[in-house]
Order: sequence, then structure tokens, then C-alpha cells
Amino acid sequence: MAVNTGAKQFRKVDVDQYNEDNYQEDVIEDGLDEGPNENEVSSLLQAGKNVDALKVVLKNAPLSTKNQNTKDKALQLTMRVLTSFRSAEIEKAVNTLDKLEIDMLMKYVYRGFEVPAEGSSAVLLNWHEKAYAKGGLGCIVRVLTDRKHV
Amino acid sequence: MSQVHSFGIQPISIHSFNENHNQIAFSPNNDEVHIYKSGGQTSGGWEKEDVLMEHGQRVTGIDWAPKSNRIVTCGADRNAYVWTLDSGKWKPTLVILRINRAATCVRWSPMENKFAVGSGARLISVCYFEQENDWWVSKHIKKPIRSTVTSVDWHPNNCLIASGSTDFKARIFSGYIKEVDEKPEATAWGKKMTFANLMNEFSNGGGGWVHAVAFSASGDKLAWVGHDSSVSVVDAQNNMSLAFVKTEFLPFITFTWVTENSLVVGGHDCCPLLFNYDDTGKVVFMNKLDIPKETQTKEISAMKRFQTLDKRATTVEDSDLKTLHQNTITDMTVHTGDRGSAQKISTTGVDGQMIIWDFKSLESSIQGLRIS
Repeated sequence: MAVNTGAKQFRKVDVDQYNEDNYQEDVIEDGLDEGPNENEVSSLLQAGKNVDALKVVLKNAPLSTKNQNTKDKALQLTMRVLTSFRSAEIEKAVNTLDKLEIDMLMKYVYRGFEVPAEGSSAVLLNWHEKAYAKGGLGCIVRVLTDRKHV
Repeated sequence: MSQVHSFGIQPISIHSFNENHNQIAFSPNNDEVHIYKSGGQTSGGWEKEDVLMEHGQRVTGIDWAPKSNRIVTCGADRNAYVWTLDSGKWKPTLVILRINRAATCVRWSPMENKFAVGSGARLISVCYFEQENDWWVSKHIKKPIRSTVTSVDWHPNNCLIASGSTDFKARIFSGYIKEVDEKPEATAWGKKMTFANLMNEFSNGGGGWVHAVAFSASGDKLAWVGHDSSVSVVDAQNNMSLAFVKTEFLPFITFTWVTENSLVVGGHDCCPLLFNYDDTGKVVFMNKLDIPKETQTKEISAMKRFQTLDKRATTVEDSDLKTLHQNTITDMTVHTGDRGSAQKISTTGVDGQMIIWDFKSLESSIQGLRIS
């Protein structure tokens, strides 16, 4: 019997990366995206201006950075902002957002679903319902097709 | 009113009319091309005239050249055939495309002396007829296409080719072939027209495969629809300004220009929609073209009510879509008129139906609809 019949590591090699025809993603320069300023958002939340906090968080979402830390911190901050709203206020807040902000909000809703915390999914479902009412199915399709992840 | 024709239960993936619109060639999502002739006993009825069975695998593109009356078809079997009518029968001529993946789309050039085939081999094959050898020759456009080409379209000058691809970009190449073309003049898209020269590359910043591209009637605007539910237009006369709208509808698969500034799109929402590229350079949604009339609620007997309640937990017997098309619209062409001023367009869908939309009757039946 051959000596290395037990060797199975070769099955874990990703052969697709060695294929020259493989689709290479557009090289985006590692943008100096730092995400939303934590202090600014915290102070807005404490002042009760959670709609403004929402806008700050959505406008400064770190899309083009490759730093996973930045993205995670931004996600935590956004979750804080989203959970700070009462259910009745969500619809009004969504109505103040423009198209790009609604798309960004939907991206965060789905990202938030990926990392469920205690009670967060219920709040997110509420946000999802209101954002869908404004953005339609196209908004959800864009979350799925956009190459820049939040 | 919109004429609805059903060609069976198979989805119709692509269709093309002849010059007089009395014949249609389409593929019922398999390796056959069906040719139907209109007329017959029932007015508006279509009779099967011929079935072209040369492709070994699914037919992915059909284009009927109006003036020379030739049909070019391409398929997943990596081949293309040019069909000519010979004493009532369609005779195929094989075209060697030299691709190692499926062909996805095909278009005759405006002068019908060349055609372009997009393929999964990440290239466009431009084919022209060589008289000395009595043979169709293909030339490739490869760089910098990085993924499958999903759609191609020719500029009115018979030289520029627009292509949409699954690498999320729309591009314009030069398809100038010196054996059959005269040297083209510079257009608003660029001056250098050597074969396979990339003139422009566009993207609207999001993701989403580009499903269809087309030049406007004058060739000065390029539009495309993508899987991110967007419609984008680039205006060469206006400094290559890019305008797009990300809609709230499901993604669009196909579209056609109907005037110099308006386009009709169709896709997974099963309903044709009218968009307008206005003077301020914005793409604006105008109207749905398929507004169902309010159907009177039919009287359902008590027995039927309980039966549906038992079977489906609802008392409403309504599983049909409200739009005319019952499934995705897969292909859309101008039926009467041309891209600059269309009077009728035809759409085919996954529901096996072909519907001809008449703008005059749509303008009168839908309030506020004006196509300009």
C-alpha cells in the first residue's frame, strides 16, 4: 500500500484561486474610511436626537475599508442607534431618509440579522418592515447584489 | 388593446420578428427554433410554419435580419448558425465562433453584413462573410472583459458594439472590420476605431449583472439594466454624463428604446415599465404599462368557498397575477416602428406568452401616459 493513503489535506486546498481565469474583484484602494465618530453619535443619542444619530451612522458607513475591526465597530454603533428608537418612532425616522440612506439601512438590518443579540432581531424586523415599505423589493435586491459589504 | 398570444406552457427565452411582422422566430427554452406565421382562420392567430433543429443544446440568441431575411441563432453548444430561406425551407450555415463556452446572445449589425455573439468565454465574437472562401469568419474581442457577456448591441454606424457583462460593467468596443466596412467617422464615443479597441467602460457603482444594453436610435446614448434593479443611461453628447435610477421594483432583464428619450423595461415584475431620460439628465420612472382593469368579484358558491377554505385556508380563488404576463418577461423587441419612434413593442415571457403592446391604445387607456 502507498505510504500516504491517509493524507487528506489536499482536499482542503481551494484550487479555484490558482485558476488564471478566475474573476478578480475590482481593486478598491483601502479607503481611509473610519466609520462614524463614536463620540458624536453617543452625544446625539444622549441628547435624544436619535434621527440625527441615525443619519450620521448611515452616511459614514465604512464601505471601502478592508479593516474588519472598523466595520465591526460601526456595526455595533449602528445597532445601538437602531435599538434606541421606540417602535412608534421608526416609521417617522424612515420617512426622513433618502434613497441611498434607505439602501444603507437595509444593508445594516440584514447585517444585524447575521449577528443576533438579545432581542435585536425583533427590533430589526420592525425596521425591515418600514424600510421595505419605502424601498420596495429593489432595496432588498441591492443588499444582495452590492459588492461593497457593510 | 394589447394582443396576447399563448404559444404553450414552455417559457419563451428569445424571439425575433421578420420585416413585416407576419412571422416570428422564437425558442421555447430548448434547442429548437420555432417559426410561426400569422394569419390563419382566427385573426391574430399564429400557425406553426417550421421548426429549426440544428443546435445540439439550448438556443440562447435569435436575431432576424429584416432586409436580407436571414436568421442568425446561437446556442449553448458554442455554435452559431446563419439560416437562409431556400425555396421555402430554412437552410443552416455553421459559423465557427472559436469559443470554448456557451454563446449567450447575438445581434446583426445595422447593415446586416456582420453579427456579434456574446459568450461565456468572456469574449465577443464578431463574424463577417468572406466571399473568396464562401465562409463566415470570426474575430474576437477579449480585453478587458472579465466575465460572461450577457448582451450586445450595435451602434447605427455599423461599427461600435456595446456589451453588458456579468462583471457589472457596460462597455463600448469598436467592431470595425476593414474587409467589409468603410472607415467610420469619429463619433461622440471616441476617435480611434481599430478593431477591438475599448472606447468606454461604464458602471453605476453598485453590483448586479448587466442584463441588457442598447444604444438609442441616434447612437448618442447608451442605456443598460442591471440586477441591482437599476436603469442607467450615459449621454455621449453631454460629456459622458452617467445617470441612473435604483428602483424599488424587482430587477429588469430586458428593455428597448422607444423614442430618443424614453425606454420601456421589463423583468421579474412581469410588467413593462416606462422610463424617461429627461432634459435635466435624470432617469425618471413614468408609468407602468400594464394596469389591470378592476375585475368584478365573481360570485363564488358556498360549496366552492368551503372547498377552497379547506384546501388553501382562504376563500379567495385568486392565484393568477394581476398583470397580463404571468411570469418574468424575458425578451422585448420593437414590433412596429423603430427605436426612435416605436408604435408597438412585443414581449415574451416565462409564461409562454407573446404580448404586443400598442402605444396608441395604451396612451388612451392609461391616464396621464405620454410617450415622448
